[in-house]
Amino acid sequence: MEELHSALVAPRGIWWKAAGRQERIWVTVSFVWCMILFAMMPLWHIKGGQNPSGIRARVEPEAFRRRVDQFIADYKIGSEAGVPLVAPPPGSDVYLLARMWQWYPALVLEEGKTYVLHLSSIDVNHGFNLQPFNVNFQVVPGYDYGLRITPNQAGDYRVICNEYCGIGHHLMTGKILVKPAGSAAVAPVAQGGTR
Amino acid sequence: MSAAAAVAAVFRRCPVTGLKIDRHAENLIKVNAVISIVTLLVGVIAAIGLVLTRWQAVHLLPVDWFYRLLTAHGLNMLIFFILYFEMAVLYFAGPVMLGCRVPTPRLAWGSFALMLAGTLIVEVMVFSGKADVLFTSYPPLKADPWYYLGIILFAVGALIVTAIFMATLVVAKREHTYEGSVPLVTFGALTAAIIAIITLLHGAAIYIPALAWSLGIITLDPEVYRLLFWGLGHSSQQINVAAQVSIWYLLGGLTVGAVVVNEKISRTAFVLYVGFISMASAHHLLVDPGMGPAWKVWNTSYAMYLAVLASMVHGFTVPAGIETGLRLRGFVNGTFEWLRKAPWSDPGFAGLMLSLVIFGFIGGITGVTMGTEQINILAHNTLRVPGHFHATVVGGTALSFMAVTYYLIPLIFRKKVALWKLARIQPYLFGIGITIFSISMTFAGIFGVPRRHWDISFAQAPFKYEFPPAVDLMLALTAIGGLMAAAAVLIFIASAVISVFFGESLDLAALTPGMAGVPQGLTKLPPQQYESETVAKVHGAGTPGTVVLVAVFLLVFVMYYYTNWKMLSVVWKIG
Ligand code: HEM
Ligand SMILES: [Cu+2]
Repeated sequence: MEELHSALVAPRGIWWKAAGRQERIWVTVSFVWCMILFAMMPLWHIKGGQNPSGIRARVEPEAFRRRVDQFIADYKIGSEAGVPLVAPPPGSDVYLLARMWQWYPALVLEEGKTYVLHLSSIDVNHGFNLQPFNVNFQVVPGYDYGLRITPNQAGDYRVICNEYCGIGHHLMTGKILVKPAGSAAVAPVAQGGTR
Repeated sequence: MSAAAAVAAVFRRCPVTGLKIDRHAENLIKVNAVISIVTLLVGVIAAIGLVLTRWQAVHLLPVDWFYRLLTAHGLNMLIFFILYFEMAVLYFAGPVMLGCRVPTPRLAWGSFALMLAGTLIVEVMVFSGKADVLFTSYPPLKADPWYYLGIILFAVGALIVTAIFMATLVVAKREHTYEGSVPLVTFGALTAAIIAIITLLHGAAIYIPALAWSLGIITLDPEVYRLLFWGLGHSSQQINVAAQVSIWYLLGGLTVGAVVVNEKISRTAFVLYVGFISMASAHHLLVDPGMGPAWKVWNTSYAMYLAVLASMVHGFTVPAGIETGLRLRGFVNGTFEWLRKAPWSDPGFAGLMLSLVIFGFIGGITGVTMGTEQINILAHNTLRVPGHFHATVVGGTALSFMAVTYYLIPLIFRKKVALWKLARIQPYLFGIGITIFSISMTFAGIFGVPRRHWDISFAQAPFKYEFPPAVDLMLALTAIGGLMAAAAVLIFIASAVISVFFGESLDLAALTPGMAGVPQGLTKLPPQQYESETVAKVHGAGTPGTVVLVAVFLLVFVMYYYTNWKMLSVVWKIG
């Protein structure tokens, strides 16, 4: 009876006592669940298809901008809404530059093919948010985030900025067009966005 | 007690709790609580503007004021309201609960002045538009140097208060103001204070360089800033958790006479919080280009989820203590008689239970799930994030702070709680509002709706995008839940301010059962039966009600967690 007290009371004597059966069971169950939570992450690296590892490197904003310009010069097929439209060959390195307040350039990819998508910013932090699939990555100036991506569905995707980047944050939308597998050489696409 | 100390300190004895209370401690609790409530008011006014803007059909604020008030809301709520309140908690858990004097009253008042000066500087900067950088102030976004200086002054003040709390423990031990070990509530507050010191050192490591950078003295790497900033920003949430869990134990004791089921388990769980906190910074960097997968996996899980384990342990021991405390009052029938007969009209008790459920079921589950390295791909910077932390730090921590205030008003301020009828429904209005708010925000986030975004209609953007119509519904619900919660906060503020400044004084020695304006636990405690027979019976049954509750919790957790893996498995292959 003396041993029953509230948490406001300074316990006297030795309180380091064995726990009851129910507490022991709950602690054990919780511990096992925590281990499962932990194991899922390495497991998904081995078995799963979506991991944020990527190829990570530092890059000077100027250097990244030059790579983007070269990339556009190599594969440009037109322009849309004021940004170049670029159709790189499957398997290539693809560049997407974030800046206040634009995703630059717009990309044309092919379904089922793998690309390395390089993300970086030349000013402040931005956030890569792919719609309607809701895939998200942080875009940090000075860092090149190279993600191996394999679009698994054709469609006209949008890129939204989801890291606050100043007063024009809400103007920052971009485009990734994924063509159905095996469709002929990419043709220029009509002006204007969908929907 | 040494003679010198006896002369310096002035005490009164509380007739209800029997605690011996130092005048300075009492006054410091008062001023910190008052400033805390003022900043809460600023934060909640901003919140109303924010929800009414994110509700795309209303879209109230112009773009610059949206981000300005977002900055103000984050700072006033997360930093000022919470931390001033925690300063009050430290003075309560230290000097008051241990019956000790404040060791260095002058320094204590000095640190309060420092915090206040810092707060004022920050407010001026934010509201004059010189710090439209949100509370994270990620460089290269730059605020006026005074902004960083204000934060530093505030943090130094808070650091001193935690040091004073530590000193109180030493003085109390030396002057033998209590016997045995410190009470569990004080122990929990001690872990909060230790975490606060680690956290505030991270704060120095990041805000001092940021100040130098804003003055053009040094350069600052944006990714290193994010790493260190979240060493401060996320670890400080661990302060809140430790403080909130301590308050759960405190309120359990005050409202229904909850017992500590096992000191060893509860204290060990608190220690686990201290061990792993700095790692939580990783939660914000899971889809960043700065770190590799091994670092991310290890850190995001706090070294294999041991801090999560700690919360799951408290999630059992707190309700189990309440259940035992109530069973000892004779509510021994069935699994849930104790829960049915609990004092639900006591705002302290209602707030405690809602805080426990919202924090665990919504906050905990969503947090651990989206803090999983790969699942974060679906959640980073979407509305799932504010959906999550409004369940933890708002539905959990802030609600527990409000609930305990209903006890601080009579016990410390010695006033009746004003607007008593409203005060009694306040925790329900707040709890239900924030639950609707958090869940609908989370759903909007599952569609990928970004957080911190002024206009998701993209009306002026070069490439148009329209979210599915369900998102409109979710944002409308978010606004309605948010406005309910905001109304509840206003009721709370009105009640607290009227009680403290214009309230009816209370003679704590003359309380009568069922008195209006006095939380039930203080007046209507049905006696606990301590005859060995009852105790044996209660011990034999254990806490079956709690076992059912935690089993349901685990089931929901597992389902939500694996649903997210399923959702992840259908998006583009990424690696
Ligand atoms: C009382 C009702 C409250 C309402 C209606 C509310 C509403 C909101 C809204 C609408 C946002 C903006 C979400 C976005 O667009 O990204 C927000 C952000 C936030 N809220 Fe609250 N909030 C409330 C209380 C609180 C409290 C008590 C705290 C802290 C203790 C808090 C902490 C935050 C933080 C840290 C942010 C993030 C700011 C940022 O992204 O920079 N809120 N809140
Ligand atoms: Cu941006």
